[in-house]
Amino acid sequence: MAKGIVIFNEDICKGCALCTTNCPVNIVVLDTSRINQKGYHPATLSDPDKCIGCANCAMMCPDNVITVERF
Amino acid sequence: MAVVFQKTKGLTDKQTHYCPGCTHGIIHRLVAEVLEELDVLGETVGVAPVGCSVLAYEYFNCDMQEAAHGRAPAVATGIKRALPDKVVFSYQGDGDLASIGTAEIVHVAHRAEKITTIFVNNAIYGMTGGQMAPTTLIGQKTTTSPYGRDSNITGFPLRISEMLATIDGAVFVERVSVHNPAAIRKAKKAIKKAFEVQLEGKGFGIVEVLSTCPTNWGMTPVNALGWLEENMIPYYPLGNFKSPEEAK
Amino acid sequence: MAKVLMKGNEAIGAAAINAGCRYFFGYPITPQNELPEYMSRELPKVGGVFVQAESEVAAINMVYGAAGSGVRVMTSSSSPGIALKQEGISYIAGAELPAVIVNIVRGGPGLGSIQPSQSDYNQSTRGGGDGDYHLLVYAPANIQEMVDLLQDAFDKADYYRNPVMVMGDGMIGQMMEPVEFKERPEVDLPAKDWAATGTEGKRAPNVINSLFLKPEELEDHNIRLTEKYDIMKNNEQRWETYNMEKPEIICVAYGTTARIVKSAIDTLKGEGIEIGLIRPITVWPFPEKAFVELPESAKMFLSVEMSMGQMIDDIKIVNQGRLPVEFYGRSGGMIPSPDGVVGKIRALLGGAK
Repeated sequence: MAKGIVIFNEDICKGCALCTTNCPVNIVVLDTSRINQKGYHPATLSDPDKCIGCANCAMMCPDNVITVERF
Repeated sequence: MAVVFQKTKGLTDKQTHYCPGCTHGIIHRLVAEVLEELDVLGETVGVAPVGCSVLAYEYFNCDMQEAAHGRAPAVATGIKRALPDKVVFSYQGDGDLASIGTAEIVHVAHRAEKITTIFVNNAIYGMTGGQMAPTTLIGQKTTTSPYGRDSNITGFPLRISEMLATIDGAVFVERVSVHNPAAIRKAKKAIKKAFEVQLEGKGFGIVEVLSTCPTNWGMTPVNALGWLEENMIPYYPLGNFKSPEEAK
Repeated sequence: MAKVLMKGNEAIGAAAINAGCRYFFGYPITPQNELPEYMSRELPKVGGVFVQAESEVAAINMVYGAAGSGVRVMTSSSSPGIALKQEGISYIAGAELPAVIVNIVRGGPGLGSIQPSQSDYNQSTRGGGDGDYHLLVYAPANIQEMVDLLQDAFDKADYYRNPVMVMGDGMIGQMMEPVEFKERPEVDLPAKDWAATGTEGKRAPNVINSLFLKPEELEDHNIRLTEKYDIMKNNEQRWETYNMEKPEIICVAYGTTARIVKSAIDTLKGEGIEIGLIRPITVWPFPEKAFVELPESAKMFLSVEMSMGQMIDDIKIVNQGRLPVEFYGRSGGMIPSPDGVVGKIRALLGGAK
């Protein structure tokens, strides 16, 4: 069961993938099936249920795309 | 349910012009978070440089002044002397601070100006298209060192923090990095300490932040983090070089 | 207030403090060193700040910073130092900040000399730094006028949000004359609500800036600046005329050179030779209004300068082809003598008279 919720402000994501590098449960990925209004593959979670709410992804994001909440 | 991470009020809503994966965005956020946490956003005047972060005045949610290339420490001096009770910081890259602005950064430290400087070192000129910086590593290829930096021709990379730490007026000097979450947490601590030193009126403080330039290094943002860790940190060791306790 | 005997450079400092200047950023250079020395001594007594910068470049950028904070701030230097300051002066003009810059001119080019000169005329009136901008430039001829104009300079800088230069020369900086600090009328000036002083959470951030990446915005900015300069051209021209009733030759000279010309005019008047003088007090804007109506007796202009003829172009522009424009000047620290001016005038009049 998830301990955290990650909210992506997807429209402003630049698809740099820095958020994907330090997830302890390896669930932050770029969604290569979609393109956002900036023209990038936006970041998303592959398996939200596994999120522990550590906010490492948000810490690495240079563009303030990510908000993290924890139970 | 608790929000554990959200965008700081220290930044405006303006989306940055930085390339994808450029760590300027992380460093901006850390400075802004510190200003918010210290509750000084309304008492702060920042000075933006010339270089990639030339538009920093659009991103920091406080009064800002745009400086000429390299002159941010002089501009900050003028502001701080006019407004001694305000918080004044300069945000500068390596071309700005370590090349054209070496006199200004040395003398702002020498005068022990009570300001804080955030020095972003990514070993290259970003805005102008990837030319060699004084901080470019030996062997590193840039558009003006196309065969790799050769110390016989261009000398050696400049270690600014070590140099400034020799100056009595510089009371807080630390080099940090932003290549992983642990490093980012340490970087924020150092930035906060540097501003606290200013608030306590102790003298000049600088935090050198090792940063990436994926575009001009010619690699993905993720690989750039690895390149920073493997190549920059060995030459530019992280750590505190000076804190008020040991300052004379 | 009674008159006091003061050296020019120190009188400038006293006038600045009298005008409310509390911030001075400078760098030593001859022949203006008495001014920063005076400020370092006197500013702390009135709660002001003196900083000796590491260079002229740093000094003007400190001025830019302090001006952005909305305070009355000044710097001073001499010719090669003013050349270094052009970067910051352009930024101050571009960001529309008030500041006062004193140039005690010495001989050039390059390191030149440390003797009096007027060879910064072009540097002062033609911009000097990059971009479409102007300074209001005063060129006083004596220490009393220097003091009065310097105090005006702070008001004009605030009013127009533009840097103002007061240009003297080594002579006016070094000479001693009695001077009176007059009671000055209060000037109604707009509030500096644009200054970057911290939002205190009460307003949106103020940004002091001269960068406009969008061409449309920079052009609009330049058009607005030019409109301001046009208002300055219309309202700020100052000049003095001397013996202009029926002159055969109209001398044009500014600053201390004008005093030498006056004494030449007096000598020739004793011989029945009538020579006039138009003395620009503002060299930018150049006092073109003084040249609209010319006495019918005038046969030519004579530009007299401590430089190699830098003012000739401006005289030709306002002359609009009506009269020949002649030149007499000394340079390199050599000062024109009244006899030298008299000799030149005699030669121009054919040597017979």
